[in-house]
Amino acid sequence: MSEPSHPSSDWRRFIAISALLVIGLAAAPLWADRAGLRLLGEMYSLLTLALLWNLLAGYAGLLSVGQQAFVGIGGYTLFSATIFLGVSPYVAILLGIVLAALAAALFAPLLFRLEGAYFAIGSWVAAETIYLVFTMIPQLGGGAGMSLPAAVVRGIAEDRSTREFIIYWLLLAAGTGTLFGAYALLRSKVGLALTALRDNPTAAASLGIDIWRAKFWTYVGVAAAVSAVSSLIFLQKLRISPASGFSLNDWTVTIIFIVVIGGIGRLEGAIVGTAVYFLLREFLANLGPVYMIVLGTIAIITMIFARRGIWGFLEARFGWSLLPTTRLPPHEDKI
Amino acid sequence: MSSDEIALEVVGLCKAYGALSVTKDVSLTVRAGEAIGIIGPNGAGKTTLFNLFTGIIRADAGRISFFGQDITTASARSRCHMGITRSFQVPQPFGGMTVFENTLVAAAFGQKLSQREARAPAAEALQRTGLWPKAQLRAGEITLLDRKRLELARSIATAPRLLLLDEIAGGLTESECQELVALIRKIHSEGTTIIWIEHVLHALLSIVDRVIVLDFGQKIAEGDPATIMKSPEVSSIYLGLEAESAHG
Repeated sequence: MSEPSHPSSDWRRFIAISALLVIGLAAAPLWADRAGLRLLGEMYSLLTLALLWNLLAGYAGLLSVGQQAFVGIGGYTLFSATIFLGVSPYVAILLGIVLAALAAALFAPLLFRLEGAYFAIGSWVAAETIYLVFTMIPQLGGGAGMSLPAAVVRGIAEDRSTREFIIYWLLLAAGTGTLFGAYALLRSKVGLALTALRDNPTAAASLGIDIWRAKFWTYVGVAAAVSAVSSLIFLQKLRISPASGFSLNDWTVTIIFIVVIGGIGRLEGAIVGTAVYFLLREFLANLGPVYMIVLGTIAIITMIFARRGIWGFLEARFGWSLLPTTRLPPHEDKI
Repeated sequence: MSSDEIALEVVGLCKAYGALSVTKDVSLTVRAGEAIGIIGPNGAGKTTLFNLFTGIIRADAGRISFFGQDITTASARSRCHMGITRSFQVPQPFGGMTVFENTLVAAAFGQKLSQREARAPAAEALQRTGLWPKAQLRAGEITLLDRKRLELARSIATAPRLLLLDEIAGGLTESECQELVALIRKIHSEGTTIIWIEHVLHALLSIVDRVIVLDFGQKIAEGDPATIMKSPEVSSIYLGLEAESAHG
């Protein structure tokens, strides 16, 4: 992380502010009530999914509409591994990560033969196929789904509040871990390749970047991370069904909305988009179906007038950058 | 300038899309340190030839070797690592990245260096091409001449042994064109082998040692620039283009 191009005073300030923010949020059980914690936890989980989808679509050019496949795999692995194998929820989460990564590694060679809109449709079809398979397994409750037994839940902590705190902290860790992990990734040499890929795949290929490999590892890594955060989401929900685990609306459409509004191909975009989405939802939820119409209208307006989203607009207009990845050239006398 | 070592040897190269044959039995030899020009009317298969050399497309028949090594089936990426680089006819910058980051990508991945190691060659490529003062501008916001310079800067940042230039002088004013020619001459004089496709003939002819003429995917003539330009078959093809290049 200690890239020499980063001015050290800025760097120290960045670390100090981030640390204060994370500590403040980690102390939320002290200042927020149960509903507040749940809302924050949900924000972290959607922020994580948005950051991950942004890496896929915004950088690696993989416009996936099938990320719900890995949400479902993560959730179901948590439930079935704890119930049928009797392992602890933490082991089940690790198992979910491995299974989602394996599934992604199997899909990738098939889906990568498709490009652009065809890849999008292909990823959706793949997710629907997995969804249908899960509805047909009677041991997993078929279409009705399954619940997490109380004994498993107590494996995390005996009393309810402690349990909720732990899940809250795990979601916070997932959110901050993904944010700073993605930032570190984008500042690394892999990030240089992904950013080049974002801007111009033709030129990237001709300059010696292994595009297939960059896309493959992004796809597999994102699937694994999606599965991890999904296990936490369903650990909180305590119930899963194929319809909720593999929901296109909850796990992909909402996420695409967040990233498009906030700014695709910019890390900050996912943060801004998540904030805007939750503000709209909290203020407009009582409007009923009109709420969806408002969301759709906002998305369309953003796509027409600010194609790089709210953050892309601010960045172009004011030169703002919260998480700068720009590599500065060396000083002239050092060349 | 050129030595006896063979940089690129192409034998019987063929490429067809269905019934349309775009490269027909093309053979050519380029010695290390040479500068070769390829001319021919639009649709003669010039850019296809570059795509075959860089491995973006595969030949149906024929053989390509680079410094004695058979690269006919090598991937585009490994050919880049061996030292074959191209510039694009329409500049292809990484628009959201800075000019410096553009050459950093080229140095880091073209030469397989770490980000830290790639900084020096990336900066040097900018200095050689006169882009250093613009290092921190976004590549999407620079002028056409600068984008053409950046194509060159990115190419040389990969430390190429063979540089393929695809109509790099097109669309520039006369003085911009002269600047670019001076730059290409400098790169060539520093030992890089060059194959250059160009319609702006006076720019091309001021540098190349030898000219190859393509028409309908076939090599129809080859030789030193003066002789080639006087040959009747070339002038019949090139009447229109001479007029175009005169207007710059």
